[in-house]
Amino acid sequence: MFEPVLLRNVGVPDGHLLATYRAGGGYQALAKALHEHTPDEIIDLVKNSNLRGRGGAGFPTGMKWSFVPKKAAKPKYLCCNADEGEPGTFKDRIIMERDPHQLVEGMAISAYAIGAETAYVYIRGEYTLAIRRLERAIAEAEAEGYLGKRILGSDFSFVVHIHCGAGAYICGEETAMLDSLEGKRAQPRLKPPFPAVEGLYASPTVINNVETLACVPHIVMRGPNWFRGIGPDKSPGPKLYCVSGQVRKPGLYELPMGIPLRELVEDHAGGPPPGRKIKAVIPGGVSAPLIPALGLDVGMDFDSLAAAGSMLGSAGVIVIDDSTCIVKVATRIIEFFHHESCGKCTPCREGLNWVVKVLRRVETGQGAPGDLEQLKALCNGIFGNTFCALGDGAAMGLRAALAHFEDEFVAHIEEQRCPFNEKHAGRELLGSYG
Amino acid sequence: MNMREEIEAAAARYPDQRSAIMPALLIAQKEHGHLPGPVLEEVADILNVERIWVYELATFYTLFHTEPVGMFHLQLCDNVSCMLRGSEDLLRHLEAVLGIKKGGSTPDGLFTLSTVECLGACEVAPVMQVGDDYHGDLDIARINALLDRLRAAAGQTTGADLTAATPPGE
Repeated sequence: MFEPVLLRNVGVPDGHLLATYRAGGGYQALAKALHEHTPDEIIDLVKNSNLRGRGGAGFPTGMKWSFVPKKAAKPKYLCCNADEGEPGTFKDRIIMERDPHQLVEGMAISAYAIGAETAYVYIRGEYTLAIRRLERAIAEAEAEGYLGKRILGSDFSFVVHIHCGAGAYICGEETAMLDSLEGKRAQPRLKPPFPAVEGLYASPTVINNVETLACVPHIVMRGPNWFRGIGPDKSPGPKLYCVSGQVRKPGLYELPMGIPLRELVEDHAGGPPPGRKIKAVIPGGVSAPLIPALGLDVGMDFDSLAAAGSMLGSAGVIVIDDSTCIVKVATRIIEFFHHESCGKCTPCREGLNWVVKVLRRVETGQGAPGDLEQLKALCNGIFGNTFCALGDGAAMGLRAALAHFEDEFVAHIEEQRCPFNEKHAGRELLGSYG
Repeated sequence: MNMREEIEAAAARYPDQRSAIMPALLIAQKEHGHLPGPVLEEVADILNVERIWVYELATFYTLFHTEPVGMFHLQLCDNVSCMLRGSEDLLRHLEAVLGIKKGGSTPDGLFTLSTVECLGACEVAPVMQVGDDYHGDLDIARINALLDRLRAAAGQTTGADLTAATPPGE
């Protein structure tokens, strides 16, 4: 039985309060970091732990920190990405609602390591309870000297501010988030320069996901070898999996990185509803290509899923059973990306518009011969041709749906109807979407 | 604090006033219910920033409303996880019982009905946000009970004070 690390306070009454957090050993890691380690030693600990970013890209966290120039004329910033817009993902919300001090402590240690005195937590505006609880946690931490001037008697001073988003998926992309924080429309920047060198207000900036930062105190307390001992060595650690969709026990599960997708979905989440079979699973939010039922033995870690043609992404695991039309799911996903395209790059802005039109007509039984070739050509026109990964995610997801379930697309076009239509009573609602 | 003081306090968190436009718009929207032109201009004046900077944010981010919305803004998630658990049926039901299409408002100004992208609460899909609060594990009976509660709450309030009308999350 895996002992929860990140979720250990989630079931505890008043787990969001400082008293509860401290009773469980909270803020000892911050004291240890400040009193026993130099900033470079903290970076080395995190490097040696092989912690990789939990926001989706899986970039090694310690390496990201080491890119920040040691001597900079401008102040350095830590930004916490709490925008969590990837459909199917809700892990960061639960950390912030139930155990916000874990994030505050993780930010303080991380800021110490990179030499930042200010952090902004970019939280999506819909997360009102998470915002209130994190505000309260920050105030409690300030009152007790875990934030503020000369923390715990050290020379390190650090403040945390919350910045509420206002509804834009693209803000999860780190450079779009920086533009949004600067008070602009959120549109991704051309890289380089990378944020570690020139980020917020053109200053050195590290952007880390909530779950990534929450891992840091545990690495400081228990050491990098403990962390590497959980799951695959190159992609280790405790991991939060968000399971949703057509499954008996949707929820947030903390398990080792690398657990087989089948075990997660069938054993922990109870499998599909009675009488149904799993048709496919999206393993990492809708940007991640779906995996058909035959492929469920893949390990849930960055490298195994990449080798299987998908990605861990945000670990938003969406289960699709055999009563559901894949063309409908694919259409809804592309409608999402079309709606959330920031408009900067033509292939994404215009390409997704065309993809939506073609998919809607296929799904409603008005598809034409050649539509599938058209969709593939549109994916080729989008993939790799945009500033950020939004367009890539859309194209990769659709390519996987076409590759694994081409027969369903073909049936829609040949029969001029949705074969699942009896159950779903038409598409007129989504057809008018947007 | 009045709106100006609240905005000035928010602005103190940033080295650049432009960063404070987004928090200022959230504060202004809470005060006014939505963000008509004169409110946007007031925000620009308080922060002493270009008006175009304020307009461009108010029209880019979906949580900002330049048009009025009902006392209760029903924001039903219809992204994949909620769709797989019946959000389409809930939308049809809401449209039928409220007598409006999504995007519309009831003539009494009580309800505006929208569909939104993933609210990040898929463990309790299907989900709807009303004001500050999430309502999960919804079915038609729960939607009906929620509408009854909201109507009752509206009877006890005089203005568009969502926080007073909906049960607090804390």
